[in-house]
Amino acid sequence: MDIKKETIASLHEKLANKEVTAEELADQAITKINANEKKLNTFITVNDKAPEAAKKIDDEGIKGPLSGIPIAFKDNIVTNGIKTTAASKILYNFMPVYSATVLEKLEAAGAIDIGKTNLDEFAMGSSTETSFFGTTVNPWDFSRVPGGSSGGSAAAVAAGEVVAALGTDTGGSIRQPAAFNGVFGIKPTYGRVSRWGIIAFSSSMDQVGVLSKRVEDSAAVLSVMAGHDEHDSTSSEKEVPDYRANLNKDMHGVKIAVPKEFWHEGTHPEVLKSVNEALDAYKKMGATVEEVSLPTLKHAVEVYYVLASSEASSNLQRYDGVRYGFRADDVKNIKDLFVKSRSEGFGDEVKRRIMLGTFALSAGAYDAYFKKAAQVRTIFINELTKVLNDYDLIMGPSTTTPAFKIGEKVDDPLAMYMNDILTIPANLAGLPAASVPAGLADGMPVGLQIIGKPFAEQEVFNAAYALQEENKFYEKVPTALKGED
Amino acid sequence: MISKDEILHVATLANLKLQDNEVDSFVSQLDKIVGMESKLSSVDTTGIEPTYNMGDTNSVFREDKGVRTQTREQMLENVPETDNNLIKVPTIVDKEDDE
Repeated sequence: MDIKKETIASLHEKLANKEVTAEELADQAITKINANEKKLNTFITVNDKAPEAAKKIDDEGIKGPLSGIPIAFKDNIVTNGIKTTAASKILYNFMPVYSATVLEKLEAAGAIDIGKTNLDEFAMGSSTETSFFGTTVNPWDFSRVPGGSSGGSAAAVAAGEVVAALGTDTGGSIRQPAAFNGVFGIKPTYGRVSRWGIIAFSSSMDQVGVLSKRVEDSAAVLSVMAGHDEHDSTSSEKEVPDYRANLNKDMHGVKIAVPKEFWHEGTHPEVLKSVNEALDAYKKMGATVEEVSLPTLKHAVEVYYVLASSEASSNLQRYDGVRYGFRADDVKNIKDLFVKSRSEGFGDEVKRRIMLGTFALSAGAYDAYFKKAAQVRTIFINELTKVLNDYDLIMGPSTTTPAFKIGEKVDDPLAMYMNDILTIPANLAGLPAASVPAGLADGMPVGLQIIGKPFAEQEVFNAAYALQEENKFYEKVPTALKGED
Repeated sequence: MISKDEILHVATLANLKLQDNEVDSFVSQLDKIVGMESKLSSVDTTGIEPTYNMGDTNSVFREDKGVRTQTREQMLENVPETDNNLIKVPTIVDKEDDE
Protein backbone atom coordinates (compact mmCIF):
# COMPACT_ATOMS: atom_id res chain seq x y z
CA MET A 1 0.00 0.00 0.00
CA ASP A 2 1.32 3.45 -0.92
CA ILE A 3 0.67 5.61 2.15
CA LYS A 4 1.33 8.72 0.03
CA LYS A 5 -1.99 8.06 -1.71
CA GLU A 6 -3.94 7.35 1.49
CA THR A 7 -5.71 9.55 4.01
CA ILE A 8 -6.74 8.82 7.57
CA ALA A 9 -10.30 8.41 6.29
CA SER A 10 -9.30 5.98 3.50
CA LEU A 11 -7.17 3.94 5.92
CA HIS A 12 -10.01 3.93 8.43
CA GLU A 13 -12.37 2.57 5.79
CA LYS A 14 -9.92 -0.21 4.88
CA LEU A 15 -9.47 -1.06 8.57
CA ALA A 16 -13.21 -1.04 9.21
CA ASN A 17 -13.82 -3.27 6.15
CA LYS A 18 -11.01 -5.58 7.26
CA GLU A 19 -9.10 -5.09 3.99
CA VAL A 20 -6.09 -4.48 6.18
CA THR A 21 -5.37 -4.88 9.90
CA ALA A 22 -3.85 -2.27 12.19
CA GLU A 23 -0.99 -4.69 12.82
CA GLU A 24 -0.29 -4.90 9.06
CA LEU A 25 -0.33 -1.10 8.81
CA ALA A 26 2.17 -0.82 11.67
CA ASP A 27 4.39 -3.53 10.16
CA GLN A 28 4.31 -1.83 6.76
CA ALA A 29 5.16 1.54 8.27
CA ILE A 30 8.15 0.09 10.11
CA THR A 31 9.37 -1.74 7.00
CA LYS A 32 9.08 1.45 4.96
CA ILE A 33 10.84 3.55 7.61
CA ASN A 34 13.67 1.04 7.93
CA ALA A 35 14.09 0.87 4.14
CA ASN A 36 14.30 4.68 3.92
CA GLU A 37 16.29 5.28 7.07
CA LYS A 38 19.81 5.14 5.62
CA LYS A 39 19.12 7.91 3.12
CA LEU A 40 16.48 10.05 4.87
CA ASN A 41 17.22 9.64 8.62
CA THR A 42 13.70 10.76 9.53
CA PHE A 43 13.49 8.81 12.81
CA ILE A 44 15.62 8.71 15.93
CA THR A 45 13.75 5.74 17.43
CA VAL A 46 11.33 3.37 15.71
CA ASN A 47 8.78 1.93 18.13
CA ASP A 48 9.26 -1.85 17.84
CA LYS A 49 6.26 -2.36 20.11
CA ALA A 50 3.93 -0.63 17.61
CA PRO A 51 2.72 -3.85 15.90
CA GLU A 52 1.90 -5.33 19.30
CA ALA A 53 -0.12 -2.23 20.25
CA ALA A 54 -1.81 -2.36 16.86
CA LYS A 55 -2.73 -6.00 17.32
CA LYS A 56 -4.49 -5.04 20.55
CA ILE A 57 -6.53 -2.48 18.59
CA ASP A 58 -7.40 -5.20 16.03
CA ASP A 59 -8.51 -7.50 18.83
CA GLU A 60 -10.66 -4.83 20.45
CA GLY A 61 -12.16 -3.80 17.12
CA ILE A 62 -11.66 -0.64 15.04
CA LYS A 63 -13.62 2.19 16.64
CA GLY A 64 -13.02 5.92 16.10
CA PRO A 65 -11.43 7.64 13.11
CA LEU A 66 -7.83 7.32 14.42
CA SER A 67 -8.19 3.73 15.60
CA GLY A 68 -5.25 1.70 14.27
CA ILE A 69 -3.68 4.62 12.36
CA PRO A 70 0.14 4.85 12.72
CA ILE A 71 1.30 8.35 13.69
CA ALA A 72 4.86 9.62 14.26
CA PHE A 73 5.89 11.86 17.15
CA LYS A 74 8.65 14.43 17.19
CA ASP A 75 11.31 13.30 19.64
CA ASN A 76 10.74 16.19 22.04
CA ILE A 77 7.36 14.68 23.00
CA VAL A 78 7.89 12.36 25.95
CA THR A 79 6.70 8.79 25.54
CA ASN A 80 6.48 6.37 28.43
CA GLY A 81 8.97 3.55 27.88
CA ILE A 82 10.27 4.87 24.55
CA LYS A 83 13.55 6.78 24.49
CA THR A 84 13.00 10.54 24.15
CA THR A 85 16.11 12.57 23.34
CA ALA A 86 15.16 16.03 21.97
CA ALA A 87 17.99 15.09 19.54
CA SER A 88 20.51 15.99 22.24
CA LYS A 89 23.46 14.09 23.67
CA ILE A 90 22.36 15.32 27.10
CA LEU A 91 19.20 13.17 26.81
CA TYR A 92 20.68 10.39 24.63
CA ASN A 93 19.56 7.69 27.10
CA PHE A 94 16.45 9.31 28.60
CA MET A 95 13.59 6.86 29.09
CA PRO A 96 10.46 8.73 30.21
CA VAL A 97 8.27 7.24 32.93
CA TYR A 98 5.15 9.07 31.74
CA SER A 99 3.69 10.23 28.44
CA ALA A 100 2.79 13.65 27.08
CA THR A 101 -0.94 14.45 27.16
CA VAL A 102 -1.06 14.64 23.34
CA LEU A 103 0.28 11.10 23.09
CA GLU A 104 -2.11 9.80 25.75
CA LYS A 105 -5.09 11.39 24.01
CA LEU A 106 -4.12 10.02 20.59
CA GLU A 107 -3.41 6.56 21.99
CA ALA A 108 -6.72 6.61 23.84
CA ALA A 109 -8.30 7.24 20.43
CA GLY A 110 -6.52 4.14 19.11
CA ALA A 111 -3.66 5.83 17.20
CA ILE A 112 -0.41 3.86 17.07
CA ASP A 113 2.85 5.57 18.04
CA ILE A 114 5.15 4.35 15.26
CA GLY A 115 8.24 6.13 16.55
CA LYS A 116 10.11 9.33 17.29
CA THR A 117 11.20 11.68 14.56
CA ASN A 118 14.40 13.66 14.18
CA LEU A 119 14.64 17.38 14.99
CA ASP A 120 17.14 20.12 15.61
CA GLU A 121 18.60 19.71 19.10
CA PHE A 122 15.95 20.90 21.59
CA ALA A 123 13.98 22.18 18.55
CA MET A 124 16.53 24.97 18.12
CA GLY A 125 17.16 25.29 14.42
CA SER A 126 15.66 25.54 10.97
CA SER A 127 17.35 22.64 9.19
CA THR A 128 17.56 19.52 11.45
CA GLU A 129 21.34 19.87 11.09
CA THR A 130 21.86 20.50 14.82
CA SER A 131 20.53 17.03 15.75
CA PHE A 132 23.01 14.91 17.74
CA PHE A 133 21.77 12.01 15.58
CA GLY A 134 22.69 13.56 12.23
CA THR A 135 20.66 15.59 9.77
CA THR A 136 17.50 14.43 8.03
CA VAL A 137 17.53 14.99 4.27
CA ASN A 138 14.79 16.37 2.06
CA PRO A 139 12.84 13.69 0.08
CA TRP A 140 12.60 16.12 -2.85
CA ASP A 141 16.38 16.52 -3.12
CA PHE A 142 18.77 14.60 -0.89
CA SER A 143 21.32 17.43 -1.00
CA ARG A 144 18.88 19.81 0.69
CA VAL A 145 17.69 20.24 4.27
CA PRO A 146 14.15 19.21 5.24
CA GLY A 147 13.86 22.38 7.30
CA GLY A 148 13.40 22.38 11.01
CA SER A 149 13.04 21.90 13.67
CA SER A 150 10.30 19.33 12.89
CA GLY A 151 12.30 18.18 9.84
CA GLY A 152 11.99 14.48 10.63
CA SER A 153 8.20 14.68 10.94
CA ALA A 154 7.85 16.66 7.70
CA ALA A 155 10.14 14.36 5.69
CA ALA A 156 8.45 11.25 7.13
CA VAL A 157 5.08 12.52 5.91
CA ALA A 158 6.42 13.61 2.50
CA ALA A 159 8.08 10.21 2.00
CA GLY A 160 4.84 8.38 2.80
CA GLU A 161 6.17 6.72 5.93
CA VAL A 162 3.16 7.97 7.90
CA VAL A 163 -0.03 9.86 7.03
CA ALA A 164 0.47 12.28 9.90
CA ALA A 165 3.17 13.27 12.36
CA LEU A 166 3.22 15.55 15.37
CA GLY A 167 5.58 18.48 15.53
CA THR A 168 6.17 21.47 17.75
CA ASP A 169 6.45 25.07 16.63
CA THR A 170 8.16 27.83 18.61
CA GLY A 171 9.22 30.11 15.75
CA GLY A 172 8.10 28.20 12.66
CA SER A 173 9.27 24.67 13.38
CA ILE A 174 6.15 23.06 11.89
CA ARG A 175 5.35 25.49 9.08
CA GLN A 176 8.85 25.91 7.63
CA PRO A 177 9.57 22.15 7.27
CA ALA A 178 6.01 21.63 5.99
CA ALA A 179 6.74 24.22 3.28
CA PHE A 180 10.15 22.69 2.45
CA ASN A 181 8.70 19.17 2.08
CA GLY A 182 5.48 20.01 0.23
CA VAL A 183 3.14 18.97 3.03
CA PHE A 184 0.56 20.70 5.20
CA GLY A 185 1.43 21.72 8.76
CA ILE A 186 -0.47 23.63 11.41
CA LYS A 187 0.62 25.37 14.60
CA PRO A 188 -2.54 25.89 16.62
CA THR A 189 -3.32 28.88 18.86
CA TYR A 190 -1.22 29.21 22.01
CA GLY A 191 -3.23 27.30 24.60
CA ARG A 192 -5.16 25.13 22.13
CA VAL A 193 -3.08 22.00 22.83
CA SER A 194 -1.59 20.87 26.14
CA ARG A 195 2.21 21.06 26.45
CA TRP A 196 2.34 18.57 29.34
CA GLY A 197 5.19 16.25 28.43
CA ILE A 198 6.64 18.46 25.71
CA ILE A 199 10.32 19.19 26.34
CA ALA A 200 10.21 22.94 26.98
CA PHE A 201 12.11 25.41 24.81
CA SER A 202 10.34 28.79 24.96
CA SER A 203 7.28 28.51 27.17
CA SER A 204 5.52 31.67 25.97
CA MET A 205 5.67 30.43 22.37
CA ASP A 206 5.94 26.60 22.22
CA GLN A 207 2.91 24.86 20.77
CA VAL A 208 2.22 21.33 19.52
CA GLY A 209 0.75 20.79 16.07
CA VAL A 210 0.38 18.36 13.19
CA LEU A 211 1.91 17.73 9.77
CA SER A 212 0.18 15.65 7.10
CA LYS A 213 -0.01 15.35 3.36
CA ARG A 214 -3.66 16.39 3.40
CA VAL A 215 -5.37 19.17 5.33
CA GLU A 216 -8.23 16.89 6.45
CA ASP A 217 -5.80 14.54 8.22
CA SER A 218 -4.30 17.28 10.40
CA ALA A 219 -7.84 18.45 11.11
CA ALA A 220 -8.77 14.95 12.31
CA VAL A 221 -5.70 14.64 14.54
CA LEU A 222 -5.96 18.14 16.03
CA SER A 223 -9.59 17.61 17.07
CA VAL A 224 -8.50 14.61 19.13
CA MET A 225 -5.42 16.10 20.78
CA ALA A 226 -6.62 19.66 21.49
CA GLY A 227 -8.38 20.82 24.64
CA HIS A 228 -7.89 21.64 28.28
CA ASP A 229 -5.49 19.64 30.43
CA GLU A 230 -5.29 20.11 34.17
CA HIS A 231 -1.56 19.43 33.93
CA ASP A 232 -1.02 22.53 31.75
CA SER A 233 -2.55 25.68 33.19
CA THR A 234 -1.92 27.53 29.90
CA SER A 235 -4.24 25.15 28.03
CA SER A 236 -7.59 26.67 27.14
CA GLU A 237 -10.98 25.44 28.29
CA LYS A 238 -12.56 26.51 25.00
CA GLU A 239 -14.52 23.74 23.33
CA VAL A 240 -12.75 21.84 20.53
CA PRO A 241 -14.71 21.64 17.26
CA ASP A 242 -14.65 18.65 14.92
CA TYR A 243 -12.38 20.41 12.45
CA ARG A 244 -12.54 17.71 9.79
CA ALA A 245 -16.33 17.35 9.81
CA ASN A 246 -16.66 21.15 9.58
CA LEU A 247 -14.24 21.59 6.64
CA ASN A 248 -15.73 24.05 4.17
CA LYS A 249 -13.90 25.25 1.08
CA ASP A 250 -16.31 28.09 0.30
CA MET A 251 -14.17 31.23 0.30
CA HIS A 252 -16.91 33.71 -0.63
CA GLY A 253 -16.70 36.82 1.49
CA VAL A 254 -13.50 35.76 3.28
CA LYS A 255 -11.29 38.80 3.84
CA ILE A 256 -7.58 38.13 3.36
CA ALA A 257 -4.88 40.59 4.43
CA VAL A 258 -1.49 40.45 2.78
CA PRO A 259 1.20 42.38 4.71
CA LYS A 260 3.43 44.16 2.23
CA GLU A 261 6.41 43.50 4.54
CA PHE A 262 5.96 39.75 3.89
CA TRP A 263 7.13 40.56 0.38
CA HIS A 264 10.65 40.64 1.72
CA GLU A 265 13.33 41.92 -0.64
CA GLY A 266 15.36 38.74 -0.23
CA THR A 267 12.46 36.46 -1.11
CA HIS A 268 13.02 34.04 -3.98
CA PRO A 269 11.06 35.27 -7.04
CA GLU A 270 9.58 31.83 -7.75
CA VAL A 271 8.35 31.60 -4.15
CA LEU A 272 6.55 34.90 -4.68
CA LYS A 273 5.17 33.67 -8.00
CA SER A 274 3.62 30.57 -6.40
CA VAL A 275 2.21 32.61 -3.52
CA ASN A 276 0.73 35.20 -5.89
CA GLU A 277 -0.89 32.42 -7.91
CA ALA A 278 -2.43 31.06 -4.72
CA LEU A 279 -3.78 34.52 -3.82
CA ASP A 280 -5.26 34.83 -7.31
CA ALA A 281 -6.93 31.47 -6.80
CA TYR A 282 -8.54 32.75 -3.59
CA LYS A 283 -9.82 35.83 -5.44
CA LYS A 284 -11.38 33.59 -8.07
CA MET A 285 -13.00 31.61 -5.27
CA GLY A 286 -14.72 34.75 -4.02
CA ALA A 287 -12.35 35.99 -1.31
CA THR A 288 -11.11 39.57 -1.13
CA VAL A 289 -7.35 40.11 -0.94
CA GLU A 290 -5.99 43.43 0.29
CA GLU A 291 -2.57 44.77 1.16
CA VAL A 292 -1.90 45.82 4.76
CA SER A 293 1.19 46.92 6.67
CA LEU A 294 2.98 45.44 9.68
CA PRO A 295 5.72 48.03 10.19
CA THR A 296 7.20 46.28 13.24
CA LEU A 297 7.79 43.02 11.33
CA LYS A 298 11.33 44.23 10.70
CA HIS A 299 12.03 43.81 14.42
CA ALA A 300 10.33 40.41 14.79
CA VAL A 301 13.52 38.35 14.48
CA GLU A 302 15.22 40.55 17.08
CA VAL A 303 12.33 40.21 19.52
CA TYR A 304 12.10 36.47 18.97
CA TYR A 305 15.77 35.68 19.48
CA VAL A 306 15.94 37.72 22.69
CA LEU A 307 12.79 36.23 24.21
CA ALA A 308 13.04 32.63 22.97
CA SER A 309 16.70 32.42 24.00
CA SER A 310 16.00 33.92 27.42
CA GLU A 311 13.21 31.43 28.07
CA ALA A 312 15.41 28.62 26.76
CA SER A 313 18.30 29.56 29.05
CA SER A 314 15.89 29.28 31.97
CA ASN A 315 14.15 26.09 30.78
CA LEU A 316 17.45 24.33 30.07
CA GLN A 317 18.88 24.95 33.53
CA ARG A 318 17.32 21.65 34.59
CA TYR A 319 19.88 19.65 32.57
CA ASP A 320 22.64 19.18 35.09
CA GLY A 321 23.60 15.51 34.92
CA VAL A 322 22.07 14.72 38.31
CA ARG A 323 18.63 13.12 37.84
CA TYR A 324 18.56 11.94 34.21
CA GLY A 325 20.44 12.07 30.95
CA PHE A 326 24.13 12.41 30.26
CA ARG A 327 26.50 12.70 33.23
CA ALA A 328 30.15 13.66 32.65
CA ASP A 329 32.98 11.55 34.13
CA ASP A 330 36.03 12.68 36.07
CA VAL A 331 34.47 15.47 38.05
CA LYS A 332 35.88 16.97 41.24
CA ASN A 333 32.70 18.28 42.82
CA ILE A 334 29.04 18.99 42.13
CA LYS A 335 29.64 22.32 40.39
CA ASP A 336 32.13 20.63 38.11
CA LEU A 337 29.52 17.93 37.41
CA PHE A 338 26.98 20.56 36.28
CA VAL A 339 29.46 22.44 34.10
CA LYS A 340 31.07 19.38 32.48
CA SER A 341 27.77 17.55 31.89
CA ARG A 342 26.27 20.63 30.24
CA SER A 343 29.38 21.57 28.25
CA GLU A 344 29.82 18.04 26.91
CA GLY A 345 26.08 17.30 26.60
CA PHE A 346 24.80 20.34 24.70
CA GLY A 347 25.67 21.04 21.07
CA ASP A 348 26.96 24.41 19.81
CA GLU A 349 23.60 25.86 18.74
CA VAL A 350 22.00 25.08 22.10
CA LYS A 351 24.98 26.63 23.88
CA ARG A 352 24.65 29.75 21.72
CA ARG A 353 20.98 30.11 22.61
CA ILE A 354 21.63 29.55 26.31
CA MET A 355 24.41 32.16 26.21
CA LEU A 356 22.25 34.66 24.30
CA GLY A 357 19.45 34.21 26.81
CA THR A 358 21.70 34.33 29.84
CA PHE A 359 23.19 37.53 28.44
CA ALA A 360 19.78 39.14 27.79
CA LEU A 361 18.67 38.31 31.33
CA SER A 362 21.91 39.34 33.04
CA ALA A 363 22.28 42.43 35.21
CA GLY A 364 23.03 45.39 32.97
CA ALA A 365 21.44 43.85 29.84
CA TYR A 366 17.97 43.00 31.19
CA ASP A 367 16.28 46.34 30.48
CA ALA A 368 17.90 46.94 27.11
CA TYR A 369 17.28 43.42 25.79
CA PHE A 370 14.78 41.25 27.66
CA LYS A 371 12.36 43.95 28.79
CA LYS A 372 12.78 45.94 25.58
CA ALA A 373 12.02 42.88 23.44
CA ALA A 374 8.94 42.13 25.55
CA GLN A 375 7.73 45.70 24.98
CA VAL A 376 8.30 45.54 21.23
CA ARG A 377 6.42 42.23 21.30
CA THR A 378 3.41 44.12 22.70
CA ILE A 379 3.62 46.68 19.87
CA PHE A 380 3.80 43.91 17.28
CA ILE A 381 0.90 41.96 18.82
CA ASN A 382 -1.18 45.16 18.68
CA GLU A 383 -0.37 45.58 14.98
CA LEU A 384 -1.44 42.00 14.23
CA THR A 385 -4.60 42.34 16.35
CA LYS A 386 -5.56 45.49 14.48
CA VAL A 387 -5.21 43.73 11.11
CA LEU A 388 -7.22 40.75 12.36
CA ASN A 389 -10.00 43.06 13.55
CA ASP A 390 -10.57 44.01 9.92
CA TYR A 391 -9.67 40.75 8.16
CA ASP A 392 -10.33 37.02 8.64
CA LEU A 393 -6.92 35.76 7.64
CA ILE A 394 -3.38 36.99 7.01
CA MET A 395 -1.52 35.32 4.15
CA GLY A 396 1.94 35.34 2.65
CA PRO A 397 4.85 33.02 1.95
CA SER A 398 5.82 30.57 4.72
CA THR A 399 9.51 30.96 3.91
CA THR A 400 11.66 33.35 1.91
CA THR A 401 13.28 30.55 -0.12
CA PRO A 402 12.69 26.89 -0.89
CA ALA A 403 14.80 24.33 1.03
CA PHE A 404 18.46 25.32 1.09
CA LYS A 405 21.48 23.06 0.72
CA ILE A 406 22.76 20.98 3.61
CA GLY A 407 25.73 22.82 5.13
CA GLU A 408 24.90 26.10 3.37
CA LYS A 409 24.01 28.06 6.52
CA VAL A 410 25.18 25.86 9.35
CA ASP A 411 28.22 28.04 10.14
CA ASP A 412 26.30 31.30 9.91
CA PRO A 413 23.77 31.37 12.77
CA LEU A 414 22.56 34.86 11.88
CA ALA A 415 21.65 33.82 8.31
CA MET A 416 19.91 30.76 9.77
CA TYR A 417 17.91 32.96 12.19
CA MET A 418 16.76 35.30 9.42
CA ASN A 419 15.01 32.28 7.81
CA ASP A 420 12.36 32.54 10.50
CA ILE A 421 11.14 36.08 9.81
CA LEU A 422 7.86 35.05 8.18
CA THR A 423 6.87 32.37 10.68
CA ILE A 424 7.85 34.15 13.93
CA PRO A 425 4.89 36.61 13.97
CA ALA A 426 2.31 33.89 14.73
CA ASN A 427 4.38 32.66 17.68
CA LEU A 428 4.98 36.12 19.12
CA ALA A 429 1.22 36.74 19.08
CA GLY A 430 0.10 33.16 19.86
CA LEU A 431 -1.98 32.97 16.67
CA PRO A 432 -2.96 29.80 14.77
CA ALA A 433 -0.99 29.47 11.54
CA ALA A 434 -0.49 26.87 8.86
CA SER A 435 1.58 26.23 5.76
CA VAL A 436 -0.10 24.65 2.77
CA PRO A 437 1.69 23.64 -0.45
CA ALA A 438 1.32 26.35 -3.11
CA GLY A 439 3.60 25.19 -5.93
CA LEU A 440 7.23 24.64 -6.83
CA ALA A 441 10.27 26.91 -7.05
CA ASP A 442 13.35 25.44 -8.74
CA GLY A 443 11.62 22.08 -8.45
CA MET A 444 11.29 22.43 -4.67
CA PRO A 445 8.01 22.91 -2.77
CA VAL A 446 6.73 26.33 -1.71
CA GLY A 447 4.35 26.92 1.18
CA LEU A 448 1.59 29.50 1.52
CA GLN A 449 1.24 30.67 5.09
CA ILE A 450 -2.24 31.24 6.52
CA ILE A 451 -2.55 33.01 9.89
CA GLY A 452 -5.88 33.24 11.69
CA LYS A 453 -7.51 34.91 14.68
CA PRO A 454 -7.00 33.29 18.09
CA PHE A 455 -8.78 29.89 18.19
CA ALA A 456 -9.90 30.25 14.55
CA GLU A 457 -8.19 27.01 13.52
CA GLN A 458 -11.30 26.07 11.54
CA GLU A 459 -10.97 29.11 9.26
CA VAL A 460 -7.27 28.31 8.74
CA PHE A 461 -8.08 24.69 7.87
CA ASN A 462 -10.89 25.81 5.55
CA ALA A 463 -8.68 28.17 3.56
CA ALA A 464 -5.91 25.57 3.31
CA TYR A 465 -8.45 22.96 2.22
CA ALA A 466 -9.80 25.29 -0.48
CA LEU A 467 -6.32 25.72 -1.97
CA GLN A 468 -5.53 22.01 -1.63
CA GLU A 469 -8.67 21.08 -3.56
CA GLU A 470 -7.73 23.64 -6.20
CA ASN A 471 -4.07 22.71 -6.81
CA LYS A 472 -4.11 19.05 -5.67
CA PHE A 473 -0.44 19.34 -4.75
CA TYR A 474 -0.72 16.09 -2.75
CA GLU A 475 -0.69 14.17 -6.04
CA LYS A 476 2.95 15.15 -6.59
CA VAL A 477 5.60 12.64 -5.57
CA PRO A 478 8.82 14.02 -4.03
CA THR A 479 11.35 14.17 -6.87
CA ALA A 480 14.14 12.19 -5.25
CA LEU A 481 11.73 9.36 -4.39
CA LYS A 482 10.23 8.98 -7.87
CA GLY A 483 10.12 5.45 -9.23
CA GLU A 484 10.56 3.91 -5.80
CA ASP A 485 7.17 2.47 -5.04
CA MET B 1 30.08 45.22 20.92
CA ILE B 2 30.34 42.25 23.20
CA SER B 3 33.81 41.41 24.51
CA LYS B 4 35.54 38.11 25.07
CA ASP B 5 35.48 38.74 28.83
CA GLU B 6 31.72 39.30 28.74
CA ILE B 7 31.22 36.04 26.85
CA LEU B 8 33.33 34.14 29.37
CA HIS B 9 31.36 35.74 32.20
CA VAL B 10 28.03 34.77 30.60
CA ALA B 11 29.30 31.21 30.12
CA THR B 12 30.10 31.04 33.84
CA LEU B 13 26.59 32.27 34.69
CA ALA B 14 25.13 29.58 32.42
CA ASN B 15 27.24 26.79 33.94
CA LEU B 16 29.03 26.25 30.63
CA LYS B 17 32.73 26.05 29.96
CA LEU B 18 33.90 26.88 26.45
CA GLN B 19 36.98 25.13 25.09
CA ASP B 20 39.91 27.46 24.32
CA ASN B 21 39.63 26.69 20.62
CA GLU B 22 35.91 27.54 20.47
CA VAL B 23 35.93 30.81 22.42
CA ASP B 24 36.80 33.00 19.43
CA SER B 25 34.08 31.64 17.17
CA PHE B 26 31.49 31.98 19.97
CA VAL B 27 32.59 35.57 20.55
CA SER B 28 32.30 36.57 16.90
CA GLN B 29 28.96 34.76 16.35
CA LEU B 30 27.36 36.08 19.53
CA ASP B 31 28.66 39.56 18.78
CA LYS B 32 26.88 39.51 15.41
CA ILE B 33 23.65 38.19 16.91
CA VAL B 34 23.64 40.64 19.82
CA GLY B 35 24.40 43.38 17.29
CA MET B 36 21.26 42.36 15.37
CA GLU B 37 19.23 42.31 18.61
CA SER B 38 20.51 45.79 19.52
CA LYS B 39 18.43 47.27 16.71
CA LEU B 40 15.52 47.03 19.15
CA SER B 41 16.85 50.20 20.78
CA SER B 42 15.53 52.19 17.80
CA VAL B 43 11.90 51.36 18.72
CA ASP B 44 10.11 53.87 20.95
CA THR B 45 8.62 51.83 23.78
CA THR B 46 7.71 54.67 26.13
CA GLY B 47 4.70 53.65 28.19
CA ILE B 48 4.40 50.21 26.54
CA GLU B 49 3.71 47.26 28.84
CA PRO B 50 5.99 44.27 28.23
CA THR B 51 4.41 40.95 27.17
CA TYR B 52 6.09 38.25 29.25
CA ASN B 53 3.32 35.65 29.22
CA MET B 54 0.77 34.58 26.66
CA GLY B 55 -2.82 33.50 26.89
CA ASP B 56 -4.92 33.65 29.98
CA THR B 57 -2.60 34.68 32.79
CA ASN B 58 -5.14 34.21 35.57
CA SER B 59 -3.88 32.02 38.36
CA VAL B 60 -5.23 28.50 38.24
CA PHE B 61 -6.16 26.93 41.54
CA ARG B 62 -6.64 23.33 42.53
CA GLU B 63 -7.38 21.59 45.77
CA ASP B 64 -4.31 21.01 47.92
CA LYS B 65 -4.59 17.26 47.74
CA GLY B 66 -1.90 14.71 47.07
CA VAL B 67 -2.15 12.53 43.98
CA ARG B 68 -0.17 9.43 43.14
CA THR B 69 1.96 9.77 40.02
CA GLN B 70 5.29 7.98 39.67
CA THR B 71 6.75 5.65 42.25
CA ARG B 72 10.13 6.27 43.86
CA GLU B 73 11.60 3.44 41.76
CA GLN B 74 10.27 4.97 38.54
CA MET B 75 11.61 8.37 39.45
CA LEU B 76 15.06 6.88 40.05
CA GLU B 77 15.09 4.89 36.80
CA ASN B 78 16.91 7.60 34.85
CA VAL B 79 19.31 8.66 37.58
CA PRO B 80 22.89 8.04 36.40
CA GLU B 81 24.10 6.97 39.86
CA THR B 82 22.07 5.86 42.86
CA ASP B 83 22.92 4.52 46.29
CA ASN B 84 20.34 3.01 48.64
CA ASN B 85 17.44 4.46 46.60
CA LEU B 86 18.99 7.92 46.75
CA ILE B 87 20.54 10.06 44.03
CA LYS B 88 24.32 9.94 44.32
CA VAL B 89 26.37 13.01 43.39
CA PRO B 90 30.03 13.96 43.86
CA THR B 91 31.28 16.02 46.81
CA ILE B 92 29.15 19.08 47.37
CA VAL B 93 31.56 20.93 49.64
CA ASP B 94 35.21 20.78 48.65
CA LYS B 95 37.57 19.66 51.38
CA GLU B 96 39.67 22.78 50.79
CA ASP B 97 36.59 24.90 51.56
CA ASP B 98 36.28 23.25 54.98
CA GLU B 99 39.81 24.00 56.03
